[in-house]
Amino acid sequence: MKNVLPVTTVLIALLALWYAAAALMNAPLQTDAFANAGKTSYSTGELVVASWGMERPKLPAPHQIVAELYKLTIATPPTSKRGLIYHSIITLEETLIGFLFGAGFGVGLAVLIQSSPVLNRSMTPWIVASQTVPIIALAPMIVVILNQFNVTGLAPKAVIAAYLSFFPITVGMVKGFRSAEPLQLDLMRTYSATRSQTFAKLRAPASAPFFFASMQIGAAAALVGAVVAEVTKSEDGGLGARLLAGSYYGQTVQIWAALFAAAALSAALVGLIALAGRLVLRRMAFVR
Amino acid sequence: MKAKLVDLVPPLLFGLAVLAVWELGVRALGVPAIILPAPSAILLRFGSSTPTLAADFLQTIRGVLGGYAVGSGAGLVVAILIDRSPFLRRGLLPLGNFVSALPIVGVAPIMVMWFGFDWQSKAAVVVVMTFFPMLVNATAGLAASGAMERDLMKTYAADYSQTLRMLRLPAAAPFVFNALKINTTLAMIGAIVAEFFGTPTVGMGFRISTEVGHLSIDMVWATIVVAALTGSAFYALVALIEQRATFWHASYRSREN
Repeated sequence: MKNVLPVTTVLIALLALWYAAAALMNAPLQTDAFANAGKTSYSTGELVVASWGMERPKLPAPHQIVAELYKLTIATPPTSKRGLIYHSIITLEETLIGFLFGAGFGVGLAVLIQSSPVLNRSMTPWIVASQTVPIIALAPMIVVILNQFNVTGLAPKAVIAAYLSFFPITVGMVKGFRSAEPLQLDLMRTYSATRSQTFAKLRAPASAPFFFASMQIGAAAALVGAVVAEVTKSEDGGLGARLLAGSYYGQTVQIWAALFAAAALSAALVGLIALAGRLVLRRMAFVR
Repeated sequence: MKAKLVDLVPPLLFGLAVLAVWELGVRALGVPAIILPAPSAILLRFGSSTPTLAADFLQTIRGVLGGYAVGSGAGLVVAILIDRSPFLRRGLLPLGNFVSALPIVGVAPIMVMWFGFDWQSKAAVVVVMTFFPMLVNATAGLAASGAMERDLMKTYAADYSQTLRMLRLPAAAPFVFNALKINTTLAMIGAIVAEFFGTPTVGMGFRISTEVGHLSIDMVWATIVVAALTGSAFYALVALIEQRATFWHASYRSREN
């Protein structure tokens, strides 16, 4: 908890910077707005305050985003399509479904690679190489191809979320299965343990820290996948669709609100996994 | 890191097998080209549309490289600056870790609004995406030099900048290169996704989203091949520089297990 003071200080400094930047970036627009309204004499203070309350600012002030978030979550019924809760739930559903499949597939593939030396030697370089490929570029195409098979709605976006989350999980888990100490592996050999026994009793438990670390990365990646997929197929809603709609109509406050909602979702998911990880790892007596 | 030629055989065979199954499967089952074109069709398209693909590449790579250089550079500089103040470090690091987990690509529409449709807005997205991984890694790297070595520098009466230059920055290099490698992929992703939000009529992200609309999937695949090759080449280049620059590090001296 010794970090509370420094973090709070930095946060306050960032907020101050944000307000200053908002005033600087919005002032030219606000000057025009004053001119259009026929208002010729105004003080700098008036200009600054007005630049923090514009309807379509270049950079909305933090309190405007908070107000927008309040308006769209608490003051709007959760079922309303105008509210952020409705869209957040869509994005969360896609993310979770995709993440579950991606995690299952990712761990499964890692087990396969671990258990078969042939697969290991032939696939590992490709998996490493695939990390360097911007796979998100495939998102629009996956949506269209699945559309040909009449797969619509949540499914195409969940597929992209799964697809984005499984790569980091496979890589992390392969590393985790290999993280067992050579000394302990030798011990298993002296017990004449079979390959699968070594896996079940040593490699799998030893991979627990890697499991939680890669689940965190995978969940964050799944959310990015879901949001980007929503941008490419925006008619069913979701936070990505809100981002796109906001950018079409120049509704900056709406974009920022959607962005904050996505950030909150991501933080909540990653935080939950981190918490679960800490509890489990403590019980498994990994150093903490 | 002695790569033997024999080690390359299984993955190459695997890759060729995948391509062969793909080609034969598409031909045998008569899969329509708007769902999955055969590798040979993609290759043909690649050959016939080279000028377009090259123009897209040049447009996108400007945003990628510009943003990568500025974002990674700024991350490193800020890490060095906050290193002098433990208070700032304790305040910024948790935030940096937190932000790294956020869907930062979402700032793309904002950057397009601020910096216009051309490559500058893509570079801006890349700056934001690459800054935090570098900040977090470089800060960890600057703390990586051992207490013994620092004590030694003290007995030499080395001042702050000398210690930084001769001990701590070299010790941080593996961490910095780790961030540089992560950032190659992030930069490509940032630039391509930012193009989904609006570009002049050129660029890899633009090409993908419009050709998907025209259902010319072979062109989409050709663009993806370019993106994949670019991403891998970028990564390989950084990895090569790393190998040259940090040859002393344990991961290059000992055999990998």
